[in-house]
Order: sequence, then structure tokens, then C-alpha cells
Amino acid sequence: MADASYPTELLYHPEHDWARIDDGTAVFGITWFAQDALGEVVFFDPPEVGSTVTAGESYAEVESVKAVSDVVAPLSGEIIEVNLGLGDTPENINNDPYGNGWMVKVKLSDSSETDGLLDAGAYEATLS
Amino acid sequence: MAAASADTALKRTPLYDKHVAAGAKLVPFAGWEMPVQYGGGVKAEHLATRATAGVFDVSHMGEIATSGPQAEAFLQHLLSNDVTKLQTGGAQYSVLCREDGGVLDDLFTYRLGAESFLTVTNASNHDKDLAWFLKQATGFDVTVTDVHDQYAMLAVQGPQAREIVQALADGPLPDRFTCRHRLLRGQRVLVCGTGYTGEDGVELLIDPADAPMIWDEVVKRGAVPVGLAARDTLRLEVNYHLYGNDLMEERGPIEAGLGWACKEATGFIGSEAVAAVRAAGPSEQLIAFTMASGIARQGNAVVGGGEVTSGTMSPSLEIGIGMAYVPAAMAAEGTEIQIDVRGKQRAATVAKKPLYKK
Repeated sequence: MADASYPTELLYHPEHDWARIDDGTAVFGITWFAQDALGEVVFFDPPEVGSTVTAGESYAEVESVKAVSDVVAPLSGEIIEVNLGLGDTPENINNDPYGNGWMVKVKLSDSSETDGLLDAGAYEATLS
Repeated sequence: MAAASADTALKRTPLYDKHVAAGAKLVPFAGWEMPVQYGGGVKAEHLATRATAGVFDVSHMGEIATSGPQAEAFLQHLLSNDVTKLQTGGAQYSVLCREDGGVLDDLFTYRLGAESFLTVTNASNHDKDLAWFLKQATGFDVTVTDVHDQYAMLAVQGPQAREIVQALADGPLPDRFTCRHRLLRGQRVLVCGTGYTGEDGVELLIDPADAPMIWDEVVKRGAVPVGLAARDTLRLEVNYHLYGNDLMEERGPIEAGLGWACKEATGFIGSEAVAAVRAAGPSEQLIAFTMASGIARQGNAVVGGGEVTSGTMSPSLEIGIGMAYVPAAMAAEGTEIQIDVRGKQRAATVAKKPLYKK
């Protein structure tokens, strides 16, 4: 498992989700803290491409050995891609939460929503 | 008020410091602070037990000693199995039933002598079982004693488990489903050829003061510390019941598939109810299932009737597995069922037990 980290180029939702924003689209995933709390992820149930997600609401489920957790969208939009690789290797969510453990790519519907997210320092402050 | 707060404080086993040192994540379980997993993770602990050996602290499990001239007759009255078939040095699985056949607990009983037995209880049921034993003892010439404080319990399980424990012992270890006292590194231990993983191995009933030393000795020889989470995935792969999930007072042993451990002719408490269900056939049965995709969990409904009682991702099989009570008409092996997993229907197949076999 990787060491704790919160990359500064990402924005964070207090429910332990991150967004990597790139020109009207964003990639979502869960933070190091979230995967550590979950333990070993054994199943990721992705949403459908084309479905819409709403900031602050669940868009997918991730299961560890013992528990299932909702994954919350940090921003609103339409899903344009899902990480199908997680079907075979859900452990990437643990091993590489900001890289190969990404979950969905979203076409953002309201770019001003990013104002409501936290930067890495502010998010880390919520963890202590 | 002081007494109340003491009652609610979590109890610690004699191995608590060993768990902390081994990097355990400790959680409350049945009133005990127990290791759910260690640093290496659940999957690694599970697979190590299947491939080499794991060591489990199960000191939260309780022990009740029954002794006296009528000890055998008394246990025959309480336990579902035929206790007269249990020889000195033997181990026997049974259930403890209410008058209506509902399951109070499932238990291993070891016969230590003609008039001496030791019964291991589930931690969550220990107080209830003890009260039941004491209540039923009226009229029998027996002494029932809570000996939970006198034992720590370690399970060493896996293909290398016996070799590891043998290296500490003053003589041969007991065979499967037997028990005997041995000196392990000079300390007297009740070694039992039992377990909850589907692997060969032993369970050790130890003086609490000796438990840390025995723990160190088996870990030093390669046994991997395994927490409660992997204990659960290991037992579920081989379809051992977990009380509170797959067994409960509201259900009887026949529907749970434990008819083999019930000898109604002995007249045990609940035997009439059990015999009636056996004769008529249970309306629901506990089945094992595998899933094409996803994981069903305890409490998920089975479409057409019934409920999942245990569900997990199998580390050995790498698919979702579980057990569920379903209507008898849906219980045949190979039956395709649908499970409502948080609003999404997922396909599962009724499968032969045990789901995992070497």
C-alpha cells in the first residue's frame, strides 16, 4: 500500500473524494485516507457511461472485504468514461488511489462548483 | 455506576500487547477488543493460512467445565449430539437447542475424563450458555463451572500448522477431532485437533500466563498472525456456520444443515421439535452460493424468498460467495437465484458445500 499523500494538483471533497480538473472535464477517485479506512478493496461497481452525477451524491459503490461504501461525486456532470480496469484489479484503488485507481471521467455541468471544493492543505486539515 | 462502566469496558486477551506489536487493527467484538487484521491485510492472512500456517487469538471464546457423576447424562440432555459416543480424549460438535428447537449456540465439547468435559462457547453467547447450563443442571449430580478466565485459546491452522506446534511439544499431537494434554515448551496445554478454517491444524487451550510465550514460539516458526476478518472469510469458504449470522434462536439445526450433529433419539432438549422438522422437511434451507459478479452481504434479500446470512469476496476463489436461507424448492445445487444487493439484482448459483476444497 502506498504511503499517505494528498497531491496538490487535485481538489478534494470532504467525503474523501478527489477531482483532477482538465478543461471542462474531471477525473474522480477516492483519497488515500478513504482507501486506508476501507481496507482492501475487492469490488468496484462502476456507473454507466452517459449517466449523470450530482455533486455530493453517491455515483458508485466500492467494497472492501468487510464493508460496502458509497462513492460521492465531488462535482456534477455526465460520465464519459469509467475505469474498466478496476473490474479485474480493484486493488489499484488501494495501491494507486490517484493514478490507476481512478474511477470515472466526467464532463462537468457547472464549473463554478469547484469553488466549493478544498485544496490539499484544507482537506488534510479535516483529517486531523 | 462504577460497576456499569466496568461492565461496558472492552475486555482484552492476554495477547493484546502481541497484537499491538504486530500492527493489528483492533475492533470491539462481542465485548472484546480483538484484532480484525494485521499490517499485511486480510487477503494475505487468508492465503497464508491456506498455503502455510496462520495463528489466531480466539481467547474471546468461552469455556464451560462440566464434571461429576452425571456429567455425561447432563450433557446428553443439553447437547444435540450423542455424548455417550464421545470417548475420553475426543472432540464432538453439537448445537444447544431451546425446547422449540431454536439454536442457542453451536459448540465443540472435549471429553477430558469419564466425568469431566470442557465445552467451548461462542464469545457472544457465553453468558447465555452458562446461564442455560446452570438452569438445566438442577436435579443432576454435576458441577458446572465458568472457566473462561482459566484459558487463553490459540488456533494454529494451515498445512504447516502441526509441524510448527509439534516442534514445541513433548509428544505426538492429537489427531483430528481428538484432544490431549501436552507440554509445549514445558507448559501444560490442552491440544485439540479442531479448527474453523477448513485446514488441518490445532486449537490450543493455554494458561493465560503462558499464551504470549506460545504465540511468540509459533510466530517465530512461521505462523502468520491472522485476524477476525480472515477468520470469517476462511470459515465461509468451507461453509462453517457463524452464530448470529447463519445460526440463531429463531431457526433450528435441520434448516441450517446441521442434522448430522443432531441425534434426536438421545432425547436432548428440543429433540422433539428437531425430529418433527426432520420428518416434515424444513420449509427453508441454508444453502451456499457463488456469484457471477459483485458481492452479496448479510441481510440482502433473495428474490422469491429468503435472505443472505453471510457474504464476502472469497480470497481463494476470487468471486463473491455466501450462504443464504432460501425456500426448500430453491435449495437444490445448481439452482439459479437472484439476490437483491442494495436495489440491484445480482445472479447467484446454489453451489455444493464446501465451496472451497483443496
